[in-house]
Formats: sequence, C-alpha cells, structure tokens
Amino acid sequence: MINPISVDMASLNIATLAPMSIIILGALAIIIIDLISGKLTKSFYVMISELFILLALGAVFGFNSNSRGMFDMMLIDGIAMLGQAIILIASALFIPLALTSKRFHEFSYPEFFALFLFMIAGFQFMVASDNLILIFIGLETASLSLYTLIAMHNRDRSFEAAIKYFTMGAMAAGFYVFGAMIFYALTGSVEIHKIAASLELNHFQPISAVLLATVFMLGAIGFKISLVPFQTWVPDVYEGASAALAGYMSIVPKIAGFVVAMRLFEFLVHADVPWVQDMLWWVAVLTMTLTNIMALVQKGVKRMLAYSSISHAGFAMSAILIGTTQANSSLFFYWILFTFTNLGAFTMLWVSRHKAKENKFGSRFDHPYEKFSGMIKIQPVNAVIMAMFMLSLAGVPPFSLFWGKLYLMSSAVNAGFITLAIIMGINSAISVYYYLKLIVYMFLKEPHTNDGTIYMKNASTTLKTIIGLAAFATLFAIFTTGPLLEMITKYVIASGY
Amino acid sequence: MESLLTLLIFFPAVAGILGFMIEKENMRAYAIAVASIEFLLSLLLWVGFDPSNVGYQFREHASIIPSFGVNYDLGIDGISLFLIILSTFMTLIALIGLTIKEEYKNLVISIMFLEMTMVGVFAALDVILFYLFWELSLVPMLYIIGAWGSDRRIYAAIKFFLYTFAGSLIMLVGFLYAAYLYHQATGVWSFSIENWQNFAFGYKAQLWLFAAFFIGFAIKVPMFPFHTWLPYAHGQAPTIGSVILAAVLLKMGSYGFVRFSLPMFPDASAHFIIPIAIISLIMIVYTAMVAYAQKDMKQVIAYSSISHMGVIVLGTFALNSEGIAGSLFFMLSHGVVSGALFMLVGVIYDRKHTKMMNEFGGLASVMPRYATIFAIMLMSSVGLPLTMGFVGEFLSLLGFYKVSPILTAIAGTSIILGAVYMLSLFKKSFFGPITHEENKNLKDLTTQELSALLPLVALVIFLGIYPKPVLKPINDSVEAMVHKMEEKAVLPKTKEFIHKVNSVKKDEK
Repeated sequence: MINPISVDMASLNIATLAPMSIIILGALAIIIIDLISGKLTKSFYVMISELFILLALGAVFGFNSNSRGMFDMMLIDGIAMLGQAIILIASALFIPLALTSKRFHEFSYPEFFALFLFMIAGFQFMVASDNLILIFIGLETASLSLYTLIAMHNRDRSFEAAIKYFTMGAMAAGFYVFGAMIFYALTGSVEIHKIAASLELNHFQPISAVLLATVFMLGAIGFKISLVPFQTWVPDVYEGASAALAGYMSIVPKIAGFVVAMRLFEFLVHADVPWVQDMLWWVAVLTMTLTNIMALVQKGVKRMLAYSSISHAGFAMSAILIGTTQANSSLFFYWILFTFTNLGAFTMLWVSRHKAKENKFGSRFDHPYEKFSGMIKIQPVNAVIMAMFMLSLAGVPPFSLFWGKLYLMSSAVNAGFITLAIIMGINSAISVYYYLKLIVYMFLKEPHTNDGTIYMKNASTTLKTIIGLAAFATLFAIFTTGPLLEMITKYVIASGY
Repeated sequence: MESLLTLLIFFPAVAGILGFMIEKENMRAYAIAVASIEFLLSLLLWVGFDPSNVGYQFREHASIIPSFGVNYDLGIDGISLFLIILSTFMTLIALIGLTIKEEYKNLVISIMFLEMTMVGVFAALDVILFYLFWELSLVPMLYIIGAWGSDRRIYAAIKFFLYTFAGSLIMLVGFLYAAYLYHQATGVWSFSIENWQNFAFGYKAQLWLFAAFFIGFAIKVPMFPFHTWLPYAHGQAPTIGSVILAAVLLKMGSYGFVRFSLPMFPDASAHFIIPIAIISLIMIVYTAMVAYAQKDMKQVIAYSSISHMGVIVLGTFALNSEGIAGSLFFMLSHGVVSGALFMLVGVIYDRKHTKMMNEFGGLASVMPRYATIFAIMLMSSVGLPLTMGFVGEFLSLLGFYKVSPILTAIAGTSIILGAVYMLSLFKKSFFGPITHEENKNLKDLTTQELSALLPLVALVIFLGIYPKPVLKPINDSVEAMVHKMEEKAVLPKTKEFIHKVNSVKKDEK
C-alpha cells in the first residue's frame, strides 16, 4: 500500500511562480481573445502584452529574496530577481517596437504576441531555478518560441535564419543534456547546489568526467550567449530577423544564459578545478578579440552590430571567470547599460527599415554603411543620437557603456587579472574602429540623396519615444550609475555570489 | 563665485546646444559672443585666484558613484589656471579668425563642445572625470578634422582618434590599478588626484603605473615614436582645427605628466629620466630635421611643434622647479605661437589654396603687414630673447642642465635647428623675387585677420619682456609640488636626486 502523498501548500511557496504565471496567463489570454474577436489589431495586442509584462515586473519586485518553492525547483534569489528584472524590462522596451508605421506581416498575427510572452516565461524559468531539468525546459520553451518568431518575419533570409538557429539550437540542447547527464551520473542530483556540494565532497574526482560535463555545458551555454567558437549563427540570424527582434536577441537570451553560467561555473571556478578557469579565460578572450576583428570587415551595419554584440558577450563572460562579487555585479550592471544602448542602436535601424525592393544601394544588406552617408546634413539630430549610441558601445565616456566597462575592468584589475584588463582595453580600441566607421559615414561623407525619408521610413511616435528614452538613458548614465550599482551589489551579495 | 569652474566647463556646452536654434546669419556673432564670455569668465578665475595659496582653489565636490569613489571634483592651482585661460583665449582667437563658410553652424557647435572638454581636462581633480573629458575631446576634433579638412581628412581623423583612444585605454587600466593599490593600502576607494598625489605608491608599482600613464600621455604629446598621427592631423585639419590642436590638445599630454606622473610617481620619474630624455632628444633633433625637409608650410610648423614638445617634456623631467615651471610656460608660449603660425598659414591658404612654399616667394613686398607678423611669430618660435618663446625654452633647458649638461647641449640645438628650418621657410616664401605672377595681387591682411592676430603679437611681446605675472603663480605651485615629491619619494636615492637638482638655486639665493 502506497502512502498517500500529502503536500503542504505553504511548502510549495506558490508565490515564487507568480511572475511566470502572470506572463503565461497573459499568453493564454491573448489566444483566447483572438478566438473570440478576430478584429483586433496589433496596437491592442502590443499594449495588452506590455501590461502583462509590467504586472510581472511588479510581481518580481514584490518578493523577498532567497526563497525556494515547488519542491526546490524554483529558486528566487538576488540574481534570479535581477535576471528577471532585466528580461522583463528589456521585453517591455522591445515589444512596443511592433507599433511601426509600416505594416509588417508578423505583427498581424496575435500568435506573435502569445509566442513572445511564452518566450519570456521560458527565460524567466531559466534564471529562477538551479534545477538543471527546469532550466532545460525554460531554455527549450524560450528557444522554440524564438525560432518561430524569427521565421514569422517572412523574408527569404528569415527562413534561413530560423532554420539555422533551430539546427544549431538543437545541437546545443543535445550538449546541455549530455552535460546534465554526466553531472547526474557523478552526483545523483540535478540541482546545482547539490551537485556542487557532492562534487566538493569527492574532491572533483574523477576529474576527466567533471571536465567533460563542464565542456558540454560550456558548449550549450556558449551557444546561447554566442561565445567563440559557437558564434557562427549570430550574424546570419540577426540579419534574417527584423532589427527589433535582433536587438532583443542580443540582450534577453544572453542575460538568461549568463545567469545560468554564473550558477554553473562559479562554483567550479571558486573550487580551483584545474583548467576550468583557463578554459573560460580563453573563451572570453577569443570571443572579444576574434569577433572584434571580424566586425572590422563587415559591410552592413546590422551584421556589424551582430559581431559587436558577440564581443560584448565576451566582455561580460570575463566577469564570470573572475567570479568576485564585484565582477558578478558588474556583469548585471554592464548588461543593463548595454540593454539601453543596444535598444537605441537597433531601433535606429528599425525606423530606417525599407522594403527589400526599395534598396537603392545595390547591396544585399538592408542597412549598408552607404545608406547612412551624410546623414548629419539631412537629419542632424538623428545622426547625433546614432553617433552617441556608437560611442557608447565603443566605451567613450560619459556615455552609458563606459561605466560598465570601467567597473568590469576594475573588477578584473582588483582580482589580479591585469592581462585580461589590458586585453579588454585593447579590444575597446579595436572596436572603436568599426563603430567610428558608421560615424565617419554619417558625419564625414557626402549624402547620397537629400531625401531624409529613407531614415524615417518606419517611424512612429512610439518608436521615436523609445529612441528618445534610450538616448536619454545613454547620455545621462552618469547620474544613474551610483544608485544602480548599489542596488545590484545588494542583490548579488544577498544571493551569495 | 563658488561654482565658477562648473560654469566655465558647461557654459560652452549649453551655448552649443542652444546654438542649434540660431539662424545661420547670426551664428558668427553668437560664436564670438559665447567665446568672449567664456574668456572673460576665465579671466575672472585669474582675478579670484589667490597667489599666496599654492594648493588647489575653487574646489567643487559632488558624488558620482559613492561606493566606487568616483566624484565630481574640480579645482585649479597655478599650473592649470593658465592652461585654462590659454584654452579659452585661443578658442576666441580661432573663432575670430575663422573663415570657413560651409556648415558653419556645425563647426561652431563642435568647437564649443571641444572647449568644454578642454577646460574640463584642466579643471578636473578626479581621475575618472579627467579621463571623461580627455576622451570626449577626441569626438569633436574627429568631426572637425574629418568634415572640414583637406583631401585625406578621413584617414587623418581616424588615425588621430585611434592612436589617442588606444593609448588612453592603457592609461585607464593604469588608473584602475592605481585605485586598487590605493584601496589595498587605505581601505577606501578613491579616484581623487589629490589623494593619489599624497599617497606613496611602492617602487615596483610606480614603475608599472608610470609606464601605463606614460603611454596615454606620450601619444597625446606626441612623443617619438608615437608622433606619426600629428603631421597627418595637422596637414589635413582646417586652420581652426590645427590651431586648437597645437595650442591646447597637445598640452593635455604634457599637463598629464606634470599633474600625474611626477607627483604621483616621483621615484619612477627619477628612474626614467634618461630614457625619456633620449626620446625627447630624438624628438627635438630628428623632427627638426624632418621639418627642414618639408615643402608644405603647415607641415614645417607641425614638425616644429613636435620638436618643441620635446623641449617641454625634457624640461618637465628635469624634476626641478625651473625646468617644470619653464616647461609649463613653454606650453603656454608654444600654444600662442604655434596657434598664431597655423593661423598665418591659414591666411595664405585662404587666398591661394596652397601651402607649398615653392608656390610663393617675395611675399614680403606684396603683403608687408602679413610678413611682419609672420616674422615676429617666427622669431618667437625660434626662441629669440624678449619674445615669449625664449623664456620657456631657456628655463626648460636651464632646468635640465642641472641633470645633464651634455644632453642639454644636444637639446640646445633645437634653437639652432629651429632657426634653420624656420628661416629657410621665411626666405623661400617671403624674400626674393616674386616668382609667380598671380602672387602680385594678393591682398594683405584684412581687419578680421588683424583683429585675431594682433592680440597674439601683443601677448608674445609683452610676456617675452615681462613674464612674471604668469610665471610667478606657476612657479609657486611647482615649487610646492617638487617639495612634496621629495618628501614622498620612497627611495633615498630619489630624495637625494631631487634635492640635488633643486639645491643649486638655493645656493645662489
């Protein structure tokens, strides 16, 4: 006779699920509403998604840190909250980009928004758990939605991008499962904190198995956050996706990946497992350096930004290998600043989006450099704003990303990684060349036509507001760094990293 | 006024933003009005400056990142006061002499933002704030060179940007490491220049930090072998760009040596005297020879700038008050003189659209006023006594004489070589018969050009005869700094050395 299982509701701690539940409910609500009334247009769906995202954001912050729930599947600690906050804020900023003045195929389907919300929930589960299985489910939910969202853009390149992303993603999922399996075989647990405890008990023996599992995991996560050598899909996928979605992909999936990487690799780095730190060091350094060099020769601005975002991921990855509290705080700090700058840069591309057949520049790219040539003489304010985003990405003070780089480099120096700090410095110097290239086209070359509309083809009040917001956050970052950094450090310390 | 420095820094920036709304026809008046107000504000700074106080004055303080020790910290002493005045003065003069017409508005707005960064660099007492203005100064300059320059302007602009940016990132790592060491020793995060100046870094650390800072400053100065961006930048830049680049931007590097390298790392400075002196000598002699070989007037002046910056660095690393004060005075005089020379070349370029010396000849008879002013500036550049150029050059060399008479003797050839290339330039373009027919009808200086150039002439002669009002405050602050260096040096060898190079003067007293 099997004893009846009795579960105390309090021990489930249902509240840990609140933010995700809100998002999932929202997604279901959108599907149901579509069934009832087929006449609603995108502005309704955008705003209803926005509302659910904001509600979830409120639920994230209305929660005391460090609690577990649902049979220890859920773990809401400081970095889970930070991760969720970044995911939700970035989503809230990107979803209004659907409100363009031109009509786009994908936004006419309510399913787009339902999938978008499902994807957000997936990412939330990734950051809010240290259970390898739940992380995997979150990862796959999010990825499958994302593949579909890319394909919905309905251009030749979008299908190519979606298929490419899908096949590569499937391989990464395989890597992940292999890694998790080896960890389970070694320790008999799928929870990261138990894995860590059990491995420590065995002094990380057999070392070859631990390393193999680590390599598989690094491959899987490296694919998600686009680390060298798993970065090859990024430029093609970004090129195929709409600029808005590409910008989104450069931020949200990566922060989810970083949180998982932080949970998974931090204890290995701290335990001085041989090779792990070296491995991460090389991955981080190669990611920033190689992609920086590849970005130099790009002819399309979007591809350049794709490579640049990989390089930034390399920067952030070095925070994980440094592994101090300051480094972990600087990762979140860096990524929040990066969110706003990249939001601005991709939105600038998005507003200048034109139909494929209107391409006057004889180039296969939607946004070749030539398109922006002489922009200062046609649309001075937009050119200055775009230049500001580029300078911020390059790390020129006082724009936002400079402070992120400063703090990250400082954490490297403080932990004794002087060479790494110098490599970061040199990489910033290399990267400034390709960011400058766009500035050179905008400011120093003669305009192609005097027709300013090519830069504003797709503009609407909403998009302009988003650009204004991003520009404001980029320009005045100097005033927000202090409090922001304090808050982040508080959360990171609270969760023990 | 408590907030005078903040006003000085941000007034041009605010004026620049408002400038977007001014109509094109009014822009010239607006530009000159703003630059004049800014110049008057900087004079007010001089009036309010307390010469008996050798420390930092006009202090302002606000937190930026409290947990990380980054502050908005401003203040000036005798060293930075005159560099600020030089910046505002040369900006005003350059704007008066500005003859570019196309995209005039954008140009003026960039100049105003550039002025903000120049004043900011010299007024910042927080390392991060200093770095912020230092880096930001590249952006308007990139635009000025790249948009209004000559044929290869984009190449020159990017080269300028990349060189300086790369150097300063290495410097930034140095800053962070210094902050880390300060934190290790005191438990407090601080990026305050004053705190760092009072903190004794270990000898080993000093050597590394000195090297990291040196790369940043040396590229800006620019020192051999990092000097190759400068001739390009000057050669391609429009007149106003060259004037500001030569007059102010290069001084940021040499100011960095005086503000950072010497007082923070006295032992490393003493340790590296000879290598740096050798680099300076190469700058002085080699670039002077290169200057002689140039066919383009502007390139001659560009290379002469490098040569003179060599003397400035040499004077700074004499580590005594004569040398340092002399080099600071030389920075001012070089700013005024090379700025004036670039403007003069700009004058002839506006008329003939060429800067090649062989296109001219006999200009003295066609343009007598132009030739006279050119001659005065040229003499000052060569270092003729009773001009501003003489005082600084002489003091810098005098200072270094106490370190090494032989090296100083070689450096002294800068005066001779300077005379060679400058006078040959003058001979080729101003004397002799008029070889080109079209040159016979060149117009002499206009009122606009005269009103820009005459104040410079007056200044060069006045400060050549009576440098004391400027030299005295500089010297007081420098003496205090040298005293602190001697006190703070960690090696007895360094203490002895600084004492030795400074003591001869005391015997004479």
